[in-house]
Amino acid sequence: MVNVKRFAGKIYVGLIAFLLYAPLLILIVCSFNNSKARTVWGGFTFRWYIELFRNQEVLMAVKTSLLLTTSAAMIAMVLGTLACIGMSVMGKRTKMIFQSVTNIPLLNADIVTGIAIMLLCVHFLTLGFGSVLIAHVTLGIPYVILNVMPKLQQVNKSIYEAALDLGASHVYAFIKVVLPEIVPGIISGFFFAFTVSMDDFVITYFTKGAGMNTISTMLYQQLRRGINPEMYALSTLLLLLILLLLGMINHLSASKKSREVDF
Amino acid sequence: MRGRWFLMNRKWLATPYAIWALGFIVLPLIMVIYYGVTNGAGEFTCSNVMAITDPIHYKAFGNSVLIALGSTLICLIIAYPLAYILSQSEKRGAGTVIMIFVLPMWINFLLRVLALQMILSNTGILNAILKFFGLPVQRIMYTKGAILIGMVYDYIPFMILPIYNVMSKIDKDVLEAAQDLGATAFTTFKRIIVPLSLPGVLSGIIMVFIPSLSEFVVADILGGSKILLFGNVIEQEFNVLNNWNLGSGLSIVLMIFIFISMAIMNRNEGEEGEAMLW
Repeated sequence: MVNVKRFAGKIYVGLIAFLLYAPLLILIVCSFNNSKARTVWGGFTFRWYIELFRNQEVLMAVKTSLLLTTSAAMIAMVLGTLACIGMSVMGKRTKMIFQSVTNIPLLNADIVTGIAIMLLCVHFLTLGFGSVLIAHVTLGIPYVILNVMPKLQQVNKSIYEAALDLGASHVYAFIKVVLPEIVPGIISGFFFAFTVSMDDFVITYFTKGAGMNTISTMLYQQLRRGINPEMYALSTLLLLLILLLLGMINHLSASKKSREVDF
Repeated sequence: MRGRWFLMNRKWLATPYAIWALGFIVLPLIMVIYYGVTNGAGEFTCSNVMAITDPIHYKAFGNSVLIALGSTLICLIIAYPLAYILSQSEKRGAGTVIMIFVLPMWINFLLRVLALQMILSNTGILNAILKFFGLPVQRIMYTKGAILIGMVYDYIPFMILPIYNVMSKIDKDVLEAAQDLGATAFTTFKRIIVPLSLPGVLSGIIMVFIPSLSEFVVADILGGSKILLFGNVIEQEFNVLNNWNLGSGLSIVLMIFIFISMAIMNRNEGEEGEAMLW
C-alpha cells in the first residue's frame, strides 16, 4: 500500500516536471532543426545559430540587454547594501517606513510600476536607455535588500565590539568583521537583481521609448510578427546562460555552508 | 572620535537609497495618481477612475479577475500535492528536486510563452501528435483556455516554492506524535499539515494572483488580442490610444483592488510571508 502510494507520488512529480520542461526541450530541439516548420525534422544544423550571429538587430538587443542588466544589478547592489547597513542602525519606525517603501515594487503590478516610471521619465527625463536603467535598478534594489538584510542580522555583534576593544577603528572593524559575513548576501543579491532585470519584459516595454530593444522586447515583437527559428537559437543560448548563473549561485551558497561547518 | 562619528551616522548610508526610493518609487506613483484624477487640461476629474463602470472596462476587469482566480486555483490544485510529496521525500537530494520546479521562474517569461505557443498553435506540436494518432485537431490557440494554460504554466513555480518551504519546515516529531496518539493519515493531514501549510498557501496565492491579474502579454500572444484583459486595456490606453489620463485612472482601480486583496489575505496570514523572498 505504502509502495503504491510512493510510486503514484513519483509518477505525479515526474508528470509535472515533464509538462514544465517539454515545451523548453522542444524549443531546444527546434533550434537545431534544419526546417522552418516546427513539426518536420529536416536534419541537424547550426544554421540558425550562424544566422543569429549575423543578425544586427539581434546582436544589438543582446548587447543592450547585457549592458543594461549588468549596470542595473551593480547599481542596485551598491545602493541596496548601503541601505541595509544604514537601516540596521535605524529606529524601529524609520526602518518600518523604509521596508514598506521597499516592498512597493515587489507587490505592485508590474504594469503599474512600468507606467509610473514612464510618466516620471517623460516629464523630467527622456525615454531611452537611462529610463530603463532607472526602472531596472528600482526593481533590483528590493531583492538586494532581501538578500543582504538577513546576513547583516546574523553578524555577531560581540566580534565587532571585540575588534573595537583591540583598537580597530569602526571602519576597519567593519571591513574586517562585518563585510566578509555579508559578502555572500551581496553577491546573491547581485545575481537576483541580474536575473530579475534579464527576465523583465513589462517594465522595460513601458519605459524604453522608441528605437531601443532588449532581448525581451525583441522576443515580444517577433512573437507578434510570427516567429523565426533564430529565436529558438537565441532562446537556447539564454537557457544556457540562466543555468550557468544558477550554477554559480548554488556553488557560492554551497561553499559558504562548508565554511560554516569548518568553523 | 572619527570612529564614533561613523557609528552614529551609519544610518546616513541609507540616504542614497532614500533619495532613489523617493524619486523612483514614491514620486512615480504620485504621478500616476495625478494623471488619474485630472483630465487632459489638468483639471480635477473623477471620470478616469469612474470609467471602470464602462461595460468594456468592467467586462475586461471581470475577465481578468476570473482568469486570475482560475489560474490561481489550478496552480494550487496542482502545486499542493506536489509540494506535499516533495516535502515527504528523503532530505537527501530534495534540494535538487525542488530546484527542478523552481528553475523555470528564472527563465525569461517571453521565452516560456514562445515555447508554449509552439505547442498549442493550430499547426503546433500538440496537434501534430493528435493527428499522428488519428485524433481530431484541437483549436486551443486564441481561446480563454489558452490564456489559462499560459498563466498556469508561467506562474506555477511561484505556488510550488512557498508551499514547499513551509511544508518542509513542519517538524517530523509532530507528525509522529499525531500517529502515536492514534490519528489516521487523513486526520494528520487535515489537522496538522493543512493548518501549518496555510501561510505558504497564502503567499503562493498572492504571488500567482497578482501578476496574473495584470497580465497582458499572455493574452496578447496566446489569446490573439481577441479576449481583452484589464492589462490589455491599460496597455492600449497608453500605447495605442494615447489616453494617459484614462490609463492612469484604470491603473488606480487596479492598485486599489490589489491593495484590498492583499489586506484581506494578510489579515488571514498574521505573520509575514518569509517565502516572499522569491
